[in-house]
Amino acid sequence: MTTALIVVPIGGALLLWLVPFSRFWTGSIAFLISLVEVGLWIDALARFDFSQGLQFEAQQTWFSDLNVSYHVGLYGFSLWLVGLTVVVMACAVGYAFWTGRERARAYFGLMLLLTGAVVGVFASLDLLLFYAFWEGMLIPLYILVGVWGGPGRLAATLKFVIYTMVGSLLMLASIIVFGLQQGTFDLISSGTSSSIWIFLGFVAAFAVKAPLFPLHGWLPDAYRESSPEVAGVLSGVISKAAAFGFLAIAIRKFPGPTADLRTTILVLAAIGLVYGSFIAFRAPDFRGVVAYSSLAQMGLITLGLFANNSLGFDGAVLQMINHGLISAALFLLAGSVIRRTTTDDFAFLGGMAKGRPVLATVLMTTGIIALAVPGSSAFAGEFLILAGVFQEGWAWGVIGAGAIVLAAMYMLRLISAVLHRQRGGLVSDDALDLRPAELGVIGPLVVSLLVLSAWPAAISGHSFPTAAPSPVPAAAQAARVRCTEIPTQPRTNKCMTLPTARSSVQGVMTP
Amino acid sequence: MIQTPTIDWAALSPELVLLAAAAISMLIAVLVPKWAEKATAAAVCALGFVGAFIAAGVLFAHSTDGHGVIADAIQRDQLAALAQMIIAGAGLLAVGVAYAGRGSWRHSGEFFALLASAGAGMIFLVAASNLLTLFLGLEWFSISLYILAAFDVDVVGSLEAGLKYLIVGSFGSAVLLFGSALVYGTTGHLDFSGIGATGEASDPLYIAGLAMIIAGLGFKASAAPFHMWTPDVYEGSPTGVTAFMAAATKTAALVLMLRVLTTAFPQRAELWTIAIAVLAVASLAVGNLAALVQRRVKRMLAYSSISHAGFMLIPIAAGNALGGRALLYYLIVYSAMSIGAFAVVAARERELGEAVTLDNLAGFGWERPFLGAAMFAFMLGFAGLPLTGGFIAKFYAFSAAYERGWIWLIIVGVIATAVSLYYYLAVVRAMYMRPAEELQLAPAGGSPPPERLVSTSVAVALVVTVGSFFAVQPLIDLATDAASSLSFPF
Repeated sequence: MTTALIVVPIGGALLLWLVPFSRFWTGSIAFLISLVEVGLWIDALARFDFSQGLQFEAQQTWFSDLNVSYHVGLYGFSLWLVGLTVVVMACAVGYAFWTGRERARAYFGLMLLLTGAVVGVFASLDLLLFYAFWEGMLIPLYILVGVWGGPGRLAATLKFVIYTMVGSLLMLASIIVFGLQQGTFDLISSGTSSSIWIFLGFVAAFAVKAPLFPLHGWLPDAYRESSPEVAGVLSGVISKAAAFGFLAIAIRKFPGPTADLRTTILVLAAIGLVYGSFIAFRAPDFRGVVAYSSLAQMGLITLGLFANNSLGFDGAVLQMINHGLISAALFLLAGSVIRRTTTDDFAFLGGMAKGRPVLATVLMTTGIIALAVPGSSAFAGEFLILAGVFQEGWAWGVIGAGAIVLAAMYMLRLISAVLHRQRGGLVSDDALDLRPAELGVIGPLVVSLLVLSAWPAAISGHSFPTAAPSPVPAAAQAARVRCTEIPTQPRTNKCMTLPTARSSVQGVMTP
Repeated sequence: MIQTPTIDWAALSPELVLLAAAAISMLIAVLVPKWAEKATAAAVCALGFVGAFIAAGVLFAHSTDGHGVIADAIQRDQLAALAQMIIAGAGLLAVGVAYAGRGSWRHSGEFFALLASAGAGMIFLVAASNLLTLFLGLEWFSISLYILAAFDVDVVGSLEAGLKYLIVGSFGSAVLLFGSALVYGTTGHLDFSGIGATGEASDPLYIAGLAMIIAGLGFKASAAPFHMWTPDVYEGSPTGVTAFMAAATKTAALVLMLRVLTTAFPQRAELWTIAIAVLAVASLAVGNLAALVQRRVKRMLAYSSISHAGFMLIPIAAGNALGGRALLYYLIVYSAMSIGAFAVVAARERELGEAVTLDNLAGFGWERPFLGAAMFAFMLGFAGLPLTGGFIAKFYAFSAAYERGWIWLIIVGVIATAVSLYYYLAVVRAMYMRPAEELQLAPAGGSPPPERLVSTSVAVALVVTVGSFFAVQPLIDLATDAASSLSFPF
C-alpha cells in the first residue's frame, strides 16, 4: 500500500520521460496519475485504523552489513501529511496542465517524481531511506524552479540549493553517526540518543527547509521566482517535510537534547512567527505576503511541536494540513491574478472583486480561513497550538495570540489590496473571472479547508493512536509532562498513561 | 641450470589476453587497409578488454583463498580480480569514447594497441605483491599512457599534456623507486608480506621509504599535493584517453596503495593512516576549491577527479575492513561516472569541434535529451546525491571514517561535498537553465554524425551509476569478498 503510493508517481514520471506523448496527452496522463494517487490515498484512509499506531508497513533489506533497509509505513499523522501531498500535487499538476508549460514531458515527469519523493519522506522508517527521499525532493525542485521559474530564477535556485544542501549534509553526517552508534538505521528498532551534536545536525536540515528564523534567506526569492503551482507545493508541502522531520525524528529520537534546547528553538520559532507576520504585513506583492506568512506559520507549527505535549502535537499536525492547503490555494490564486494582470504588485492591483464574484469568493474564503477566524480549521489548529504552548509558559501563549492578530492584519490587507479599493492600474475590465478549470483545481483545496473547519477533530483527534500510548508524543513527553494541570485537556487518558511512558520509550517505538 | 618458478598461467590470463589484443592491433596497423584500420583495431581492443573482464571474473570466482603465485611475485586473490574487472570494464567503455574522438586517426592501430597495453599494465599492477612487480607494473602502464596523452600530435595541448605527464610521472616513479630501495635496504625484503613481517619498523630510512612510496602512488592517483600534472594532462589528452586515465589509473593506484599499506606496513598503521588522511584533506581542499572557477568542462572534471581521490583516500585512511569495502564500491561507481561524464564531453566535442566549456553546453540537455539526462545523473553522482551510487559510496566512505573514530574526517568530507555541489550543478545549470537563445547546436558546416558507440558507453555508465544505488547488496558482497583478501590494521 505505502509502496504503491511511492512507486505509482515515480513510475508515471518514467513513463512520461520514455514515451514521446503529445503535449496534451502528457498533461492528461500526469493529471490522471496524480488522481490515481489521490484514490490510493483515500483507499488507505478508509482502511486505516486510527486507534493503532504504525500501519501499512513494508520492509526489504537494502544492504545488510550496515543494517539499512527499505522500510516504509504510515502513522496517523503521516497518513494526513501524505494526503496533503497527493491533494496539493494533484491540484498543482492540474493547474500546470491548464495553464500549459513549455517542455511538458520534462515538467510533468518532474512533478510526479516530486510527488513520489515527498510521499517517500513521509512514509520512510529508515534514516538512510529518509535521506534519499529528502534529497530526492530537492533534485526535481531544483530543476522545476530553475527552468520554469521567473527571471531571477538562477540566483534563487542557487541560494535555495546551497541553503538546503548545507543543512542536508549536516543531517547526513548526523545520520551516519547515529546509525552506526545504534547499529541500525531503522527508525523503529533504533533507540534514542542523547547527543546534542547529532540532534543539531538533524535540526539544521529541518530548520533550513521549514524554514526557521534566521535560516529563511532562501525563502522569498525561491517562492517569488517559482511558477505559482511550484511555489504552492514548496510552501504547502515541502516545508511540511521539515515539520515532519522535527516530529518523527528530532523530537522522538532525541528526548534529552529536545528538552535541553527546547527554549532556544521556541524562541527562534516565536521570532520567526512575529517577524514573518510583520514582513508579510509590509510585503508589496501577493506572493511576498504568502511567502512571509508561510515563514510565520512554520514558526507557529514549530512552537506547537516543541511545546512537546499532546495538545501541541495535535494542533501542529492540524495546522500543517491547514497551512498546506491555504498556502497552496493562495499561490494558485496569485498565479491566476498574475495571468489576468501580469503582476502581483499591490500598487497595480485592486478592485478585482467587481464583476468577478467567483474569484472574490474563493480568495475571501481562503483568506478568512487563513486569518484564523473562529470556527475555521486554522482557528482550531492555532488554538490547540496555543493551548499546548501555554502549558510551557504563558508568555509563549501571549506571543502566539499576538501573532494571530498580525495574521488578520496581513490577510485583510492582502484581500483588500487585491479585491477592494480602487481599480488598479493593470486591472483591465476585460480580465476574466476564475475559469471553471481554475475553480476545478483551486476549489478542492478550499472545500477541504471548509470540511476541516466543520470537523477539525478529523485530523487533530486522529493523528496519534488513542488505544496505546502514542508513538511520538509519549516518547517526547517522557522528558517533561504537565498535562494534568490543564482541566480542559481533551484526552486525559493519554496523559494518565504518561508517567509509565518514560520507562517504555523503547516499547512505543515498535508498532 | 637456473631454477625457474612454476607459472600460474591462469593468474596471468587477463594480462595475456590484453597483450594479445595489443599485438594484434599493432599488426592491424600494418596489414589491414587504412579505411578499415580504425574499426578493426577498436574491435580487437574492445574484445581484449571483454576477454580480460571475463578472465578476471573467472579468477574472482576461483581465487577465494588468496595466495602468491609465480615465486610470490604477484598475488592471486579476489582483491586483484575485482580491481582487474573494474579496469577492464573501464577500458571497454573508454574504447567506445575514444572511437568518437575527432583527433587524427592516422595511427589508430597503434592507439588501440597502446590502450590495451596500458590496461594490461594496470591489471598487472593491482596484483603486484613485491616492490619489483609494483614498479614494473607502474612503469608499464605509465609509459603507454605517456604516449597516449600526446597522441593528437596536431594539437599543441596534447603534446604539452604528454610531455608534462612524462616529466612529472617519471619524477613520481623515481620517488617511488627510491622509496622502494630504502625499504628494501632497511628490511632486506622485496615482497610485501616479508616487509610486513620484519621488526625494523622504527628506522628513519624505513619511514622515509614508506613516505616516498605513498608519494609515488599519490602521483598516479592524482592526490594533492602530487596532483599538479592532472588538470593539464586531462585537458590536453584525447578525451577517450582522459576517461581511461581518470577511471582506470585511479583504480589501479588506489587498490595497490591499499594493498601495499595494509600488507607491507601494518606495524606503522598509526602513521600512514594519518598521512593518508592528510592527503585526503589536501585533495579535497585543492580539488574542490580549484574546480569552482573552471569554465572548461574537462579541466573542471580533472579537479573533480582530484577531489574524488580525496574522498577515496578517506576509506584507505580508515584502515579497516569497512574502508576496504567502501573503497572498492566507490571505485566501481566512480569509474562508471567519470567515464560516462567524459563520454558525454567527447560527444559534445565531436559536435562542436572544439573544447567543451560551460558556455557551449548551453541548451545541450534539451537538444540531446539522453546525453543531457545522463550527464545530469553523473553530476548528481559526483556530488553524492541519492538515486546514484555516488551517494552510497560517500555514505560508506564516511561510515568507514566513523568506525575509525574520525568524525572530523566526516565533517571535512561533508564540507567538501557541499562546496562541490556548486560546480557540479553549474554543469546542470548550463545544460538546462540557460536561455534558449544561447543554444549552440553545431559549428558552421555541420557536425559529424553522432557516434553510436559513445552513446552506448554513456548508457552502460548510466546503468552502473544508477543501478549501483539500488543493487547495493550484490556490489557490496563483491567488495566484501575482495576486501577479505587483506587483513586490516584497525
